[in-house]
Amino acid sequence: MFSSVAKSSGARKAAEAHTIAPAGIEVAGLNLEAAHRFKRHAPKLRPAVTANRFAGRLPPAVEHHCAGSENAVASRPGSSRSTDRQPRRHKTAMKVPVTALILSFVTLSLPARADTPELSLRQVAPGIYVHQGAHELPDRHNRGEIANIGFIVGQRCVAAIDTGGSPEQGHALKRAIESTTTTPICYVINTHVHPDHIYGNIAFKQPGVSFIGHRKLAEAMAARAPFYREKAERDLGFALKSENFVAPDHPVRDTLVLDLGGRTLLLKAHKTAHTDSDLSIYDPQTKTLWLADLLFMGHLPVVDGSLNGWLSTIEQLKTLDARLAIPGHGPVSADWPKALEPEERYLRTLQSEIRAFIKEGKTMEEAMEKVGLSARDDWQLFDEFHKKNISTAFAELEWEDD
Amino acid sequence: MKPSIVFKKGLWLALACLLALSGPAFAAGEEEAAWNGGLRQKFFGDRPIEEGNQIVELNAPYRAEDPALVPIQINSKIPQAKDRYIKTVTLVIDNNPVPFSGTFHFTPESGKADLAMRVRVNAYTHVRAIAETNDGKLHMNKAFVKASGGCSAPIGTDIEAAMARMGKMKFKLENEKAALQQPNLAQLLISHPNITGLQMDQLTRMIKPAHFVEEVKVSFNDKPVLTAQTDIAISADPNFRFYFVPETAGELKAEIRDNKGNRFVSTQSVTP
Repeated sequence: MFSSVAKSSGARKAAEAHTIAPAGIEVAGLNLEAAHRFKRHAPKLRPAVTANRFAGRLPPAVEHHCAGSENAVASRPGSSRSTDRQPRRHKTAMKVPVTALILSFVTLSLPARADTPELSLRQVAPGIYVHQGAHELPDRHNRGEIANIGFIVGQRCVAAIDTGGSPEQGHALKRAIESTTTTPICYVINTHVHPDHIYGNIAFKQPGVSFIGHRKLAEAMAARAPFYREKAERDLGFALKSENFVAPDHPVRDTLVLDLGGRTLLLKAHKTAHTDSDLSIYDPQTKTLWLADLLFMGHLPVVDGSLNGWLSTIEQLKTLDARLAIPGHGPVSADWPKALEPEERYLRTLQSEIRAFIKEGKTMEEAMEKVGLSARDDWQLFDEFHKKNISTAFAELEWEDD
Repeated sequence: MKPSIVFKKGLWLALACLLALSGPAFAAGEEEAAWNGGLRQKFFGDRPIEEGNQIVELNAPYRAEDPALVPIQINSKIPQAKDRYIKTVTLVIDNNPVPFSGTFHFTPESGKADLAMRVRVNAYTHVRAIAETNDGKLHMNKAFVKASGGCSAPIGTDIEAAMARMGKMKFKLENEKAALQQPNLAQLLISHPNITGLQMDQLTRMIKPAHFVEEVKVSFNDKPVLTAQTDIAISADPNFRFYFVPETAGELKAEIRDNKGNRFVSTQSVTP
């Protein structure tokens, strides 16, 4: 399905970008490698550009929801839709002062169902909703539902960003989206392979929904599935089948543009950093950078990829022009790029101290006892994750060429 | 790819792993069920085994931080001498799908029969080091480790990088200048993903065949220092700390072979 769209969308350069929309629509490939860097001037992505390239009809699911609005980009959304029960209508908010919007957080109170927990949400930027998880180890009590997840609303499509730590949380997110907007969910974007970000995927599996992730995500899921299944059974108290590991329909090789209708998202597949499947999302409309676990706030950063790769990725991220940064754990931050500083400091400490230990011929066991203890008071869950960070990083750094 | 023999092994390993995992959580009294129930017999028959730490002592973390990367040390309590020395040390991890983790052979010239390495631990289990001295006697020291899932833990954080680097080796010597005619501490780093054969390839539903280092031979000036048969319990990127006694300047050599027949060699010059 998507492979045919990708092939016909042209642009075969090293920094090629593919743009996709719901199946059947071909959108021009834009070279967004430069765009994603966003030094000082974000190129204006005019919806009209993509509208001109529409070919073919919308798939049935989308047509149903967007009845009478095939030129969805040009027309105002919602005119032909049923009266909404949601408190506020999403609209392009370019003219509204962004600071005012960011400051006036709206906590949506969703219609509570009898026995199902509602997902707490905050609209952190126009059309961008985040559920913030608690800093806890995954266990039977919290069912692994510890990460930040959420969604972004366009005129034609909603993209869910990560789906939570359990199938139940995935369902809760889906209900939360449906209570917020009648715009259909077209995409589920997984930012990386960790359980607290992917176990809700199954709740979204239905015709019309495409799963998007890093090019290495499918393999990462396959490699980890037996281990994760055992872990879920033992630690979280629920069983997972192989169907619960929903791999991407559309892997991102390098960058990808998603057209949500009046809103485009820029996705970037990073080199191995937090994991080997890290994907970030940038919303130029609000200059929001959804970094997921590339950014930890409060919760100790967890190294499960490459320490060196993560530090080098942080160097790149720093140059991005963002107004808001959404971490995978911890509060959303409007202080960019300062938000990266504590994490960078911790990772640099690991890097320099471990390198010193290796140079002095000290052992991994010694490093695990002594490295980085000065950071202890700066982070939550330090004791739970720090030593494993050291062993992972040590095993990486001892292979550095001297 | 028709690894029919390997596939069978992989299937056996997977079944063994599933059986191991499906057992109930054990109470303290059952901790040695696997050992007493067949492992001991399988490896050592009816030979008497002296338990204690007079010959070797095993150090392992009670609670492992990373089940796929558990650092252990085997410290010898007697020096290697011509009349009395440790011939082999066998490492057994009771509740792993393949409990046999490795056999390490030493000579009187090894200096000390000390070892350190990193292993995968799949379930709460005893880890045992059984030393055989040259008089044929067996001595065992054990440690209990709490870890789970090491045998099916992800292959590695960057599979591509691991495969690209496979076979590369590095020696690290404790001191740049070797102390002649004394035990010198050395470390051998082997780059190899040491795939256990228990990871599931979701796309093909086939078990990724085991691909691991099976044999390690370290020699100094062509005389054996450490020879080992190893299995999937050794963590990815096998890493061994050991001693050797350089009589003169010379060359340390490592030769390894994996279960697919790949061979790699690396050398390191040793100078006082």
